[in-house]
Amino acid sequence: MNVFPQDIKLQMAGEYGLVIELGAVISPDINALVLQLTRLLLENNRCGILEVVPTYRSVTVYFDPLLLSREALTELIQKLLGQLQPQEIGCLPSRVVYIPVCYGGVLGPDLDFVAKYTGLSAREVVTAHTAKPYLVYMLGFTPGFPYLGGLPEKLVVPRQETPRNKVPAGSVGIGGNQTGFYPIESTGEWWLIGRTPLKAFDPQRSNPFLVAAGDYVQFVDIGIDDYFTIRRDVTAGVYRLEVVTCNKGREGE
Amino acid sequence: MITTLQQGDFTTIQDGGRWGYQAYGMPIAGAMDRYAYRMANILAGNQENAAVIEMTDAGASFKFDEEQLVAVCGADMQGKLGGKPISNWSSFFVPKQGELRFDAVVNGCRAYLAVRGGIEVPLVLGSRSTYTRAKIGGYEGRALRQGDVLYVGQSSAAPAGPRRLPSQCIMQYTPEVNLRAILGPQDKMFTSNAIQTFFTSTYIVTGQSDRTGYLLRGPKILPHGKEADIVSDAVGLGAIQIPSNGMPFIVTADHQTTRGFAKIAYVIQVDLPRLSQARTGDKIRFTSVTEEAAIEALQHEEQIVHTIARQQ
Repeated sequence: MNVFPQDIKLQMAGEYGLVIELGAVISPDINALVLQLTRLLLENNRCGILEVVPTYRSVTVYFDPLLLSREALTELIQKLLGQLQPQEIGCLPSRVVYIPVCYGGVLGPDLDFVAKYTGLSAREVVTAHTAKPYLVYMLGFTPGFPYLGGLPEKLVVPRQETPRNKVPAGSVGIGGNQTGFYPIESTGEWWLIGRTPLKAFDPQRSNPFLVAAGDYVQFVDIGIDDYFTIRRDVTAGVYRLEVVTCNKGREGE
Repeated sequence: MITTLQQGDFTTIQDGGRWGYQAYGMPIAGAMDRYAYRMANILAGNQENAAVIEMTDAGASFKFDEEQLVAVCGADMQGKLGGKPISNWSSFFVPKQGELRFDAVVNGCRAYLAVRGGIEVPLVLGSRSTYTRAKIGGYEGRALRQGDVLYVGQSSAAPAGPRRLPSQCIMQYTPEVNLRAILGPQDKMFTSNAIQTFFTSTYIVTGQSDRTGYLLRGPKILPHGKEADIVSDAVGLGAIQIPSNGMPFIVTADHQTTRGFAKIAYVIQVDLPRLSQARTGDKIRFTSVTEEAAIEALQHEEQIVHTIARQQ
């Protein structure tokens, strides 16, 4: 069945890029189509395709034009678009990655500010932040950095006007209607409410990237002792990531 | 082994790039000037994707423990072996205990030193390229410092001896760079006046240019309406971003994989080496070309590279 074909646009990104725009806005439904098309393309494994990059509402394919023509690629994509199905309501998430976070104190210097701004207690902020999983719309900005959707309305806090020069790696923050964590030390405009001992990208790990587009992130409140224990395990390479997989006709992790 | 006597302005280990992980936010990195990089490897008798030393602006100096065949291509950094000038775009032997020194650049800005066997640093996700922002790959994820010791790999492609590249294969770098570009994907967000401005104006390379990309100064490119920002999507090598201040930014090797700026056009792949050799103050002009022209240019370049690779 065709999925709103008039909304789908194919665009040129240089002689080696093809962009498939599946919608105009950020929404879980459009993102689900992005994920499906990405997976179909990767499974197809056509020679000449270099990379398939899913983003909020488009899929960009980078290809070698000397090995694969744009016509052939376009034909393939149109065939796959015909196989897309709207995400079923109530379909369980495919992979939920549990990310332990130590909230407040030295590791979350802005938790009290966020509490004051939102009118909640610090405990209520943590409860709201860890209440449900967040969809990973895409990765970008820096290796392993997830763009998460679904921050509860009551936790929205406008980004800092003056960014911090140094945000420690692992910092978990809120900025505007976004939440997430900083994989590497960088400047940042988010309010830092906690820190995770996990590394978003670790080349030593069997799976170097913690999360992928289409996964869900579930933050888990841990104490400071657990934070340091887990950090030690992570550095030693023995930490076991908690992942829950939904088997709806797809392979588990 | 090779010891760094002087580190130069910004010297990193690079190869063809860390491909396959842009979906995870991992930039490709890799040699900025792919043409000079490939030629250096061919002349040194290396596999296509061997790791080399990329030098920027002022080159580095090295001492070689053992005799090695090396090749130098790209910007002319006045290389000297034992005090005597070497030929750019050529391969030659460095004797045991020999010192190879590079100085300030005379034209262009990036030079490639390939050693037969390749530079041996750990592979990270299949590549030896350095992405300094996240301290990934290359030599400990950073630029070289005085005293750093580099090891040479064993693998090589073909028997090789000293060679010079024919002059017609040597890329010339000039302070006026013409870049061919293909319109899209967000060209429709710009008025026809804006697009005309883009293709008829001269832009100047600003000092805020590095491996992430080139920031240009010149006539502003303005969108229809007020907003030129888009929902963040993927950005590829050579994309020309137009942020709200109207100043073009051309992304290169270390670019962020996704961004929320409109992209008016993409520089064609074959012209990226010329861009990578542009310096602060150089002039850039854009020419609109078709996809067919871009592919033809790519085929032409591949022919040249393969011809050189086949010769001994």
